[in-house]
Amino acid sequence: MDTFIQTFFNIDIMMQAFPLLMKGAVMTLKLCAVVILCGLTGGLMLALAALSPRRFLRWSAIGFIDLFRALPPLVLLVFVYSGLPFAGIRLAPFWAVVIAFFLNNSAYFAEVFRAGINAVPKGQTEAARATGLSGPQTLIHVVLPQAIRNVLPDLLSNTVEVVKLTSLASVVSLSELLYNANMARSVTYNSSPLVLAAGMYLVLLWPLVRVVSRYQRGLSSSH
Amino acid sequence: MTKPRTMLEIAGLEKSFGEVQVLKSIDLKVQEGELVFVIGPSGSGKSTMLRCCNRLEEPTSGSIFIDGQRITDIPHRDLDRMRLKVGMVFQGFNLYPQMSVLKNVMLAQVKALKRSKAEAEARALEMLDQVGLKHKAGAMPAELSGGQQQRVAIARALALDPQVMLFDEPTSALDPELVGSVLKVMKGLREKGMTMLVVSHEMQFAREAADRVVFMDQGYVAEQGTPEEIFGAPKSERLKTFLSRVSHGDVEAEAD
Ligand SMILES: Nc1ncnc2c1ncn2[C@@H]1O[C@H](COP(=O)(O)OP(=O)(O)O)[C@@H](O)[C@H]1O
Ligand SMILES: [Mg+2]
Repeated sequence: MDTFIQTFFNIDIMMQAFPLLMKGAVMTLKLCAVVILCGLTGGLMLALAALSPRRFLRWSAIGFIDLFRALPPLVLLVFVYSGLPFAGIRLAPFWAVVIAFFLNNSAYFAEVFRAGINAVPKGQTEAARATGLSGPQTLIHVVLPQAIRNVLPDLLSNTVEVVKLTSLASVVSLSELLYNANMARSVTYNSSPLVLAAGMYLVLLWPLVRVVSRYQRGLSSSH
Repeated sequence: MTKPRTMLEIAGLEKSFGEVQVLKSIDLKVQEGELVFVIGPSGSGKSTMLRCCNRLEEPTSGSIFIDGQRITDIPHRDLDRMRLKVGMVFQGFNLYPQMSVLKNVMLAQVKALKRSKAEAEARALEMLDQVGLKHKAGAMPAELSGGQQQRVAIARALALDPQVMLFDEPTSALDPELVGSVLKVMKGLREKGMTMLVVSHEMQFAREAADRVVFMDQGYVAEQGTPEEIFGAPKSERLKTFLSRVSHGDVEAEAD
């Protein structure tokens, strides 16, 4: 029992590792912010393109979405970081991670937005257009607010996935939370930093998870 | 006296969806201040005809004039401006659920007509007052009854000062006890001189308020005349059958 506590819950080692882990957590948050912002923007653009009446645009967007939803994010990341240099494109780990996860995430967000927009009744667009609003005005003031409300829980749970996803960045030696925790483990020969890191992920994600599940319960009980 | 002005004219209008021809040469004139009623069995093309009048649907051929201006050949970039002149009220109200009643009536005024917020709000309140719902300005659409929602939808269209109002079965989705309030608003509009083209099966209302009644059948205007002529002395067999079915309440069951 004592060795168990010594190995996994060693307070001294945790205290020692804490500053390094905090630095990692900050990097994780920075990564999340960039990936989520790019993913949301790109996802919205892709969703609009996928709903466009222009066939070429529509099929390109659908192809993009399908491709990057099908590719495992780790494969994408390794390809961007270690594969692209063979074509002369060498990226810093941070940007490799951002690009790989942007590709993956914008595809996911696009599907979410697309479902949300499709769920807005056609009569809404018709009413708006009939009062002289332009297509973009209709989208911004009438369709998107409803679409986003329709899929808010999905947008949030996708955000949770992004935070988890960033832990993959440790494979390209980006010093985010998991990478730093693992480094602390190898230096101290003790697993407590990993437990601490898990705790920090929990602190980060638990409120979000709570919100998502409350939202989903709320939605299902209101039907 | 000046000659009555033709506010809406439909000439040789045809519309096909793929292979299916839904409108087969429609001719119809609505004079300024007239209320023209359109009746006909479900699927006869009434909605499609209305939707061509503001080009929510693109006519296959023929012309439509609003206050003398041919709207069937204006380029797409000018459609939005044209639509400001043509108010439309839908069967399903289509209020924006995420906005208050007041915001619903203000949105197009601000974004499409480019009115100032203050001006749009004043006008919205005036229109809400006209439909008897000024006290609901702050409510959300979901808090209103169907009849109230439809009256807000009418106010939303009126706030843009349209020259013609199109109504597509404005009371079909309402509980019977709520129909009257909407018809009352429409009657008030008529007294104010609004030009109106109304698709509806409220025959009693047609008798009281319509200047002319148009019977559409299978994509044609099969018969038209004063309410007395259409209801009192229908000529075609199809109109007679239709009227007897409506008086037995069959149309509601048949309407989508
Ligand atoms: N967007 C569309 N695509 C294909 N067919 C349509 C479309 N809209 C209407 N129709 C068809 O056109 C016919 C007339 O419809 P509509 O104008 O709605 O009739 P009404 O309003 O008199 O009931 C119907 O047969 C309907 O199925
Ligand atoms: Mg119809």
